[in-house]
Amino acid sequence: MTFNGWVQIALFCVVVLLLTRPIGGYLDAVMAGRRTLLSPLLVPVERGFHRLAGIKPDEDQSWWLYCRDMLIFHIAGFVLLYLLLRLQGLLPFNPQDMAAVAPDLAGNTAVSFVTNTNWQAYGGEATMSYLSQMMGLAVQNYLSAATGIALAVALVRGFARANARGIGNFWADLVRVTLYVLLPACIVLTLFYVWQGVPQNLSGYVEATTLEGAKQTIAQGPVASQLAIKMLGTNGGGFFNANSAHPYENPTALSNLVQMLTIFVIGAALTNVFGRAVGDERQGWAILAAMGVLFLVGVYVAYWAEAGGNPLIAALGVDNAAGNMEGKEVRFGAPLSALFAVITTAASCGAVISMHDSFMPLGGMIPLINILLGEIIVGGVGAGLYGMLLFAVLAIFLAGLMVGRTPEYVGKKIEAREVKFTMLAILAPPLAILGFTAIATVVPAGLAGPSNAGPHGFSEILYAYTSAAGNNGSAFAGLSANSIFYNGTLAVGMLLGRFAMIVPMLAVAGTLAGKRKAAASVGTFPTHGPLFVGLLVGAILIVGGLTFLPALALGPIAEHYALLAGTLY
Amino acid sequence: MLRPIRASIVILLLMTVLTGLAYPLAMVGAAGAIFPDQAAGSLVVHDGKVVGAKLIGQSFAEDRYFHGRPSATGDKSYDAANSAGSNLGPTSKSLIERVRGDAEKLGKGVPVDLVTTSASGLDPHISPAAAAWQVPRVAKARGLQEADLQHLVAQYTEGRELGVLGEPRVNVLRLNLALDALAKR
Repeated sequence: MTFNGWVQIALFCVVVLLLTRPIGGYLDAVMAGRRTLLSPLLVPVERGFHRLAGIKPDEDQSWWLYCRDMLIFHIAGFVLLYLLLRLQGLLPFNPQDMAAVAPDLAGNTAVSFVTNTNWQAYGGEATMSYLSQMMGLAVQNYLSAATGIALAVALVRGFARANARGIGNFWADLVRVTLYVLLPACIVLTLFYVWQGVPQNLSGYVEATTLEGAKQTIAQGPVASQLAIKMLGTNGGGFFNANSAHPYENPTALSNLVQMLTIFVIGAALTNVFGRAVGDERQGWAILAAMGVLFLVGVYVAYWAEAGGNPLIAALGVDNAAGNMEGKEVRFGAPLSALFAVITTAASCGAVISMHDSFMPLGGMIPLINILLGEIIVGGVGAGLYGMLLFAVLAIFLAGLMVGRTPEYVGKKIEAREVKFTMLAILAPPLAILGFTAIATVVPAGLAGPSNAGPHGFSEILYAYTSAAGNNGSAFAGLSANSIFYNGTLAVGMLLGRFAMIVPMLAVAGTLAGKRKAAASVGTFPTHGPLFVGLLVGAILIVGGLTFLPALALGPIAEHYALLAGTLY
Repeated sequence: MLRPIRASIVILLLMTVLTGLAYPLAMVGAAGAIFPDQAAGSLVVHDGKVVGAKLIGQSFAEDRYFHGRPSATGDKSYDAANSAGSNLGPTSKSLIERVRGDAEKLGKGVPVDLVTTSASGLDPHISPAAAAWQVPRVAKARGLQEADLQHLVAQYTEGRELGVLGEPRVNVLRLNLALDALAKR
């Protein structure tokens, strides 16, 4: 590990912290429907959308109506994306004559993008037409991100409101987030990325004659506009197969810094939105602090593992000072590659600048653990906050059990119904992850997937279902996932991971909104201090550890000891 | 039930037109006007022919050129229409055998980036150490002084951005173009 490496990590953390409050303030204003700088321009557009779609933005929806409309919208999005992928061969903006995407791959991809997962069983530049990228995948990048933010805000309203029947209007939330937050930010980000070298064109792939006289076909496309929303919406679906490791998709360390920041910035700001909504910004900072503790531990371990390099390669007489460079780019090196891997899995982004499959066993275990814990460290736009708030409910419930009082969180009594729904939401993803991993390790169609043998092969399978159920989308990409078995089971995993969490979460929001606000008394457990942060981190680690330690022992931990013993597979 | 279905379809179509067509196409126009070179892929044109892209690595095998890193892009290396990493894990026999072969060919103390594949398979850069490592071979093949080449490498070494971001690096294509220009003089 180097001093400069830590300076880069510190710089990233400081900028995120500096942005949290101003952006939280803007998000809060937007979601509460207050006037902002962009209102004069956007209010007419917003009204037009409402009128054409028959939306009554002031109509407060119960949790169930909010949830129903969200589900119907997902179905419509799935159908449109599936059709677009199946028909891309007949449609314009297809200079490379990409053929229709096969039915199982199109289905898997449509589920993947609608659920904000962006798992990709295909290579972008070899599969997708420009139209599919722009009008199919990027649109879902916008909408699934906007949905995530809307859902988080709905849960926040549950905590903030008292004796209320509704938690907001899904359609109004969706349109506002897209128009006021995502689109304007992406316009600026796109131009920044192009300045740094990311292409933005509609030409066919370029034929070059290299200095040694060989032919090289260089893929092109509207990359920058896709990249902007891919990162800001924590989607992570790469325009190219190599994702943000591709020099066109992340040309410089400066473009890389902005990509890392945009993964975290909305998720971090939402903790501040929560604090403002419940009338005490310290509540938001406490949540962010718990996230920060888990984040820094992950960064330390991953950086340590990757900077140390592969001892088996050092033993061959190679100068290993740069660390583990297999599957990494020179411009990023070990420190940024490790940092990015932790960020992208702490949030449910899933973009990569290095191949996680080639990480050291313990270095690759950190991204895996981050997703297993539920991507609550800042998390995906919205998904991180609602995941973390569910853990907060659980933690406060455990604390209540210990002292024998009815637990309260930000003035709301936490009772049996909320805890039951919370447990349902927390346990659904592990069921999908461990269940499908177990099946894939015994059936031939599953065993055909891994490209690495030994414990690393098991890690590839475990990572795939973890990424799917966590709606992350990154991969130990050696797994050959474009088969009917994997396309099918991973799609089910993605659906379970998203909806088996969202529906109970909205139910919690609904019942909380209906409760009265209890005034804080001397017996109230304060939830803005270090004791609560510790309790929250502890609850997360206990649930995660109890659920996943055996699986981790079979994969990365076994591989770590095999490596120390010099065993090859 | 009809109201949410209508809202779904209308909002989806409006958003598709706005974020799926208007936004990317406007960005193509704006990017092409403000940063035409980058928007078109930072192509390198030499004597009227496209010889590559500044940001995309290409395959070099001849002794008279500096070589980039090994590439894992499918059947041929540096296939810029099929970016990919090797995805070999740290205990993979294939990985260690491949590195052993390359390390034996290149010699003891070779910098690690010259025997490992990049994440994209298109890494345009090598480390300054990896460039220095190749100076004696290139100098011999071209009949040039090693000191001149060291000077050239230093000239083409890019530092960390803002002094802290990323790692020092050398763009192999740009270095080799400069090398050819040097030879012509």
